[in-house]
Amino acid sequence: MRHTISVTLLSIVLLTGLAFDAEAQGRNDDVLIKGATVMTAARGTLANTDILVRNGKITRIAQNIAAPAGVRTIDAGGKFVTPGIIDAHSHSMLDAINEGSFSVSSMTRVRDMLNPTDITIYRALAGGVTSSLLLHGSANSIGGQSITVKFKWGSPVEDYVVADAPPGIKFAMGENVRRTTQAPQPGQQLRYPRTRQGTIEVMRDAFLRARDYKQAWEDFRAKRTKVPPRRDLELEPIVEILEGKRLVHAHGYRSDEHLNLLQLADEFGFKIGTLQHALEAYKIAPEIAKRGTGVSIFADSWGYKLEAYDSIPYNGYILWKNGVNVSINSDSDERMRRLNLDAAKMMKYGGVPEEDSLKMITLNPAKQLGIDKRTGSIEVGKDGDLVIWNGHPFSAFSRVEATLIEGVTYFDRARDAQLRQDMAKEREALEKLEVNRPPGTGGTPPRVPTERVRGDRDHDEIGDGGIH
Amino acid sequence: MKPSILCKIAARTAAVITLAAAAALAQNDGTEQNAIGRAGNFAITNARIVTVSGATIENGTVVIQNGKITAVGAGASIPGGVERIDGRGLSVFPGMIDAGTNMGLAEITLAVAGSVDLAETGPMNANTMGIKGIHPHSAHINVTRVNGITTVHSYPTGGTISGRSAIINLNGATPDEMAVVPVFGLMINFPRLGGGGFGGGGGGGFGGGGGQQADFNELVRRRDAAVEDLKKIFKNAENYLRAREAYSKDRTLGYVENDPKLEAMAPYLRGQQPVIFTAERERDIRAIAKFVADMKLKGIIVGGQEAWKAADDLKRNNIGVIYTNIYGLPVRADDPYDTLFEAPAKMKAAGVKFAIATGDVGPEVRDLPYHAGLAGAFGLSQEDALRSVTLTPAEILGVSDRMGSIEVGKMANIVVSDGHILEPRTNIKYVFINGRMLPLTSRHTRLFDAFKDRK
Repeated sequence: MRHTISVTLLSIVLLTGLAFDAEAQGRNDDVLIKGATVMTAARGTLANTDILVRNGKITRIAQNIAAPAGVRTIDAGGKFVTPGIIDAHSHSMLDAINEGSFSVSSMTRVRDMLNPTDITIYRALAGGVTSSLLLHGSANSIGGQSITVKFKWGSPVEDYVVADAPPGIKFAMGENVRRTTQAPQPGQQLRYPRTRQGTIEVMRDAFLRARDYKQAWEDFRAKRTKVPPRRDLELEPIVEILEGKRLVHAHGYRSDEHLNLLQLADEFGFKIGTLQHALEAYKIAPEIAKRGTGVSIFADSWGYKLEAYDSIPYNGYILWKNGVNVSINSDSDERMRRLNLDAAKMMKYGGVPEEDSLKMITLNPAKQLGIDKRTGSIEVGKDGDLVIWNGHPFSAFSRVEATLIEGVTYFDRARDAQLRQDMAKEREALEKLEVNRPPGTGGTPPRVPTERVRGDRDHDEIGDGGIH
Repeated sequence: MKPSILCKIAARTAAVITLAAAAALAQNDGTEQNAIGRAGNFAITNARIVTVSGATIENGTVVIQNGKITAVGAGASIPGGVERIDGRGLSVFPGMIDAGTNMGLAEITLAVAGSVDLAETGPMNANTMGIKGIHPHSAHINVTRVNGITTVHSYPTGGTISGRSAIINLNGATPDEMAVVPVFGLMINFPRLGGGGFGGGGGGGFGGGGGQQADFNELVRRRDAAVEDLKKIFKNAENYLRAREAYSKDRTLGYVENDPKLEAMAPYLRGQQPVIFTAERERDIRAIAKFVADMKLKGIIVGGQEAWKAADDLKRNNIGVIYTNIYGLPVRADDPYDTLFEAPAKMKAAGVKFAIATGDVGPEVRDLPYHAGLAGAFGLSQEDALRSVTLTPAEILGVSDRMGSIEVGKMANIVVSDGHILEPRTNIKYVFINGRMLPLTSRHTRLFDAFKDRK
């Protein structure tokens, strides 16, 4: 009896102590969002509803949740909340895009060139994007190993990486891979392939070599051979594709080149993860649906190159109607900021229902990236990846008020306004320093700002040392 | 006459009739890239009418006759014999105007050079007219107008003096049928601080490679030299025109040979028609304002990222801004993330006259309403956002007597929708240009129909 009482007393003391501790610290990944219209992207839209996030995970979705001690509250009355937007095709925060020397550069890894200081991350957050698939460009038939990140602005670069996301790899077909849209420099050797039929042969060759490599290792492990094969970093990721352990994200435009790749995958017994861009996918929706391959498209871009000339804004609708998992991506630092309006366009072009349109920038890309168990919708148990909007996210007149990842606020418009003031003061102070005085008073002249123009779409023109 | 010849004639005639019939059919079934639409007299009844020029009429009628708006109002009487359109639940807006495009001048910009007529070679092409390069059957045209944009300002690019722009309706089988103002503004890429010399209007900031940082004063010197070169052209043109006029009065003075490039400059250097300058930075915009004042020109700015910072100079010289930067990224890493979205609201607050435009080559001009919508999310009122793609561009382009609002007497460029036209979820139900009801078909709807039921 006494033992029980003392244990109980001890527990009470400990628990109270812990509660005080939490209150004193106020974990930054605990938050209660109150009174919003919650668009869950899974179970419909809930009016006047609260979302409780503890330790970065959504623990409750209900009306009138009482704030636990130490948990900060965001009053979202009159506002809308959606899951964080997931951009399934981006080259944000990458210092280089294409290893253009070989058409197959599967050994290269986006992971090795992440730049967490890229301001496009912050701007993406301001547009409601919380996660993204970062890819190589499209200069190569097999580009390199991709990575899934969350835009945890200000964190060490390792924290950006979604560790449990399935690995991916970039493939590409079409005009960019053939390198025929740029005239070769004098003395520059033409790189194979120069045609679509050559492109699929390059891929087929890579899979044949990978299959041989896999067999050689199996023979060695089964002790049929004595000498281990030489490790081949180019073929190992392709073996992973064959084994279903690495998702292929394949850039392409023309419906026939998608079929080339889908049939190649059939031949080698694996499934393509996503067709990227795929602006003619609407012509072969049944073939794509049959194989369970996802498609990640622009909402309505067209006409900028010949292989995009048959692109239509009804692409998303036709694919959706055929049961294909469709996501809408940006492939652009600029467009990434307005993916909400791209999703809205699906309601206009064909008539995809509201929640299915929202899924195209949330749950659908989460599924394509293999992270849908932890994000992509507002459901208990998932990460607190949330965006607060001051109006319906599909209205052009709405904007993002705050963007949270795993409960932590990474963008807040009010805080942004304060930061601007702070930066203006800092700038003023810096400009008073001797070395920045205007010419004529003995200082160094100010730099004329360079227009930093980055190619948007398909990103094979990004300056990465000359070989495009 | 031999029977075989008669047969041949008959066969040929039959063929011609068949062709003509096919052509007539083609013109009205939407398969033409640029179907000209159905003429007629129409009354849109029981609709919400957003006039832009005045108060919104919650429930009223718009009457279209002979290409013009002939009645607008709650109690407007409907003449006999007009085709009635039930506007219940629908809204009527003026057709939108994109004042910043290269519509019709390039079909596919990447790697299809045969379809690109954007920039003539050489730095000085005042005589070239955009209207002579605009392709009336570009697929971009129908794709654009089905989303409620009825009129665009389209201009060539390149060099320093790129050519002359055109204001066109997105309807017509020939450029003449499309033209509202066939020859409008003189397009100039004003020498930029940090840009190349005369003739090098393109490119971005200074330097490029290496670590060589040019002295700021040196950049100003180079820019001023390029401006002097440009002034010389204007002065040469003025001298040339005077010499030609003098010769026409007194033949003893000696014949002055025709110079079409200088000839083309006449209405511009005399302030009769506007010179349209592309510029983004405040310093460049102020330099343009000074040029406009020095040379006594009428000026318009296209681009205008930092126009709000030069508001005083712009207002003093009556320079309007065609703002094309909504879908743009802030140039400096430490710029506020919404600085380009907010610029229209800042121009409004500073009293600068501005239109919001896409700045697009052609395929994405249809997104014009959402550019304006985004400005409306960042400080611009919804009314001003709508005005910036209707009446204000009409004013800047000098055609506000004819379009930009729903008023009696104006051209019937009208859009009927099931919601606010600046909203992406809104569907367009009817489009009228010059009083013709247009089929809501385009290259995209045709491809949709062809593949939507494929199993």
